[in-house]
Amino acid sequence: MPRTLAEKVWDEHVVRSAAPGKSEPDLLYIDLHLIHEVTSPQAFEGLRSAGRSVRRPDLTLATEDHNVPTLDVDKPIADPVSRMQVETLRRNAEEFGVRLHPLGDVEQGIVHVVGPQLGLSQPGMTIVCGDSHTSTHGAFGALAFGIGTSEVEHVLATQTLMQARPKSMAVTVDGSLPGGVTAKDLVLSLIAHTGTGGGQGYIVEYRGSAIAELSMEARMTICNMSIEWGAKAGLIAPDQTTFDYLEGRPEAPQGADWAAAVEHWNTLVTDDDAGFDAEIVLDAGTMAPFVTWGTNPGQGVPLSESVPDPGELTDEGDKVTAQKALEYMGLAAGTPMRDIAVDTVFVGSCTNGRIEDLRAAAEVIRGRRVADGTRLLVVPGSVRVRLQAEQEGLDVVFKEAGGEWRGAGCSMCLGMNPDQLAPGERSASTSNRNFEGRQGKGGRTHLVSPLVAAATAVTGRLASPADLPPHARRA
Amino acid sequence: MEKFTRHAGTGVPLRRSNVDTDQIIPAVYLKRVTRTGFEDGLFAAWRNDPEFVTNRPEHTGASVLVAGPDFGTGSSREHAVWALMDYGFKVVVSSRFGDIFRGNSGKAGLVAAQVTHDVVEQLWKLIETEPTTEIVVDLRERTIQADALTAPFEIDDYTRWRLLEGLDDIDITLSHVHDIDAYEATRFSWKPATL
Repeated sequence: MPRTLAEKVWDEHVVRSAAPGKSEPDLLYIDLHLIHEVTSPQAFEGLRSAGRSVRRPDLTLATEDHNVPTLDVDKPIADPVSRMQVETLRRNAEEFGVRLHPLGDVEQGIVHVVGPQLGLSQPGMTIVCGDSHTSTHGAFGALAFGIGTSEVEHVLATQTLMQARPKSMAVTVDGSLPGGVTAKDLVLSLIAHTGTGGGQGYIVEYRGSAIAELSMEARMTICNMSIEWGAKAGLIAPDQTTFDYLEGRPEAPQGADWAAAVEHWNTLVTDDDAGFDAEIVLDAGTMAPFVTWGTNPGQGVPLSESVPDPGELTDEGDKVTAQKALEYMGLAAGTPMRDIAVDTVFVGSCTNGRIEDLRAAAEVIRGRRVADGTRLLVVPGSVRVRLQAEQEGLDVVFKEAGGEWRGAGCSMCLGMNPDQLAPGERSASTSNRNFEGRQGKGGRTHLVSPLVAAATAVTGRLASPADLPPHARRA
Repeated sequence: MEKFTRHAGTGVPLRRSNVDTDQIIPAVYLKRVTRTGFEDGLFAAWRNDPEFVTNRPEHTGASVLVAGPDFGTGSSREHAVWALMDYGFKVVVSSRFGDIFRGNSGKAGLVAAQVTHDVVEQLWKLIETEPTTEIVVDLRERTIQADALTAPFEIDDYTRWRLLEGLDDIDITLSHVHDIDAYEATRFSWKPATL
């Protein structure tokens, strides 16, 4: 029977299925369990109180990312509550024999940046983490999804998860993205099209020529935001781009194992005659730089448009939600997006904190200045990304323009560490969520691509590189 | 986990859609390493407003939250479920839940009862007209009853069974440990390891 990519990966991991007719979910084996300090302490405590151990510490990896500061990273964490949570992870990792990359380690960084760069995230795997952006790893053709703390405990104890089989959806993106339009614009356009609940109950396969043309890092940006339109997981069939990215990475198979792995990975494609429960078709050629105006990732428009009028929405609930969003964001309907002045620009996060993102932002910033009254914060997703960027001189580009260059972590994506917006402060952010208070209590977030972020830093208002005067290159 | 069969209590009408888990409990409350005591973080930003619905005296002691569509979207934080339970909620009613939130609810013992939006609207009207209206949630029958309204709700069979029996997931899975052992023997040898 013809099967989709997701069905193949699922079937390959079924430890146990209930008898036909029973409603019991499948018991799925988990190939890789990623852990961070926020959603794991109660799970380890549960193991301890039940006298259980971690079944497969060799399939488990922990990093410190959400709480960590991005300044003074060589000093103890100043916030005692954050420090306690990080220290708890260190104690748990030691007690249960789990590999940890702590603050100060060269492999430390955001969990969804670290897994891929180590080569641990591979096609056909099941990957989970107590973090909704685990969908990032789907870019490799892995089945990757976020779980809650009870499930973290379950995976630690059993290396499996009880899961009901979701429905399947194809998102086919035909054509090619125009110049200056990125994977971030693509996924923001998609979410505006579907709404935040459009993917609920589905595993989504992104396919089509525009997806095939993307680099691995751009594919990660797309899969990362699957959860923002409610999908259980999002994945992309592995191809030569995937293999080229993986080959030679520290944890990728080597020698004869590499050949065996690639042979298997080549089977991980949706069969020609396999059917999906739903399909969305988009044309990449019509896409443009895209930004959000509201307080959920579905509330976005092309940069060239204006803040929409809630009064024009037909659904009563959507209308109220949009009105509340504009009130929170301090915006008036009809304001051109390009007129919106921004206090802080954040480049970073598991969505856009990889080397290609930093290169794209630096290319726009190079030889220009950050606008007066605007703050630019550039935060690499991992220490490895930071070191690579510094080797390429990107840090100098940002600093000479008046930007801040920081250590690795989740930083201003969420209000858990010192990098936060003040009440009423407005950001253009390459992160994934514009929820109320997400970047700090009262903070106002516009989600953007790294290119839009960089251009916005230069003009102080939402802008794309095309809006900037010709590059005044230094001699 | 405590068994859940039937619950009767008053309701809170939360007339908002897209209530993401960052709104249910902001990240700053996630730094704790305990599993209880999250009630102070529930809807923390909104509760600063004395007029916010949970602050209204007529809803003191309510245990059934009736919310707009797409409740619990976004972050995977199970702290959102713990905060609702620590505050005193036993049941959340909505026409659509975020997947991870719904899963977390089932694990932690909070009933996420999915109904049509029409039922949500009727419950809102009933509660707003008479805040003392008793809402009865019967998990065995999968029904919600309030005043003259009786409506079915959806919850998957497996979660319902586990909640009714108060079963620990890990115990159930460990009873299949031989299946896990057998599966592990078949894994590709080239799959990555962290140690």
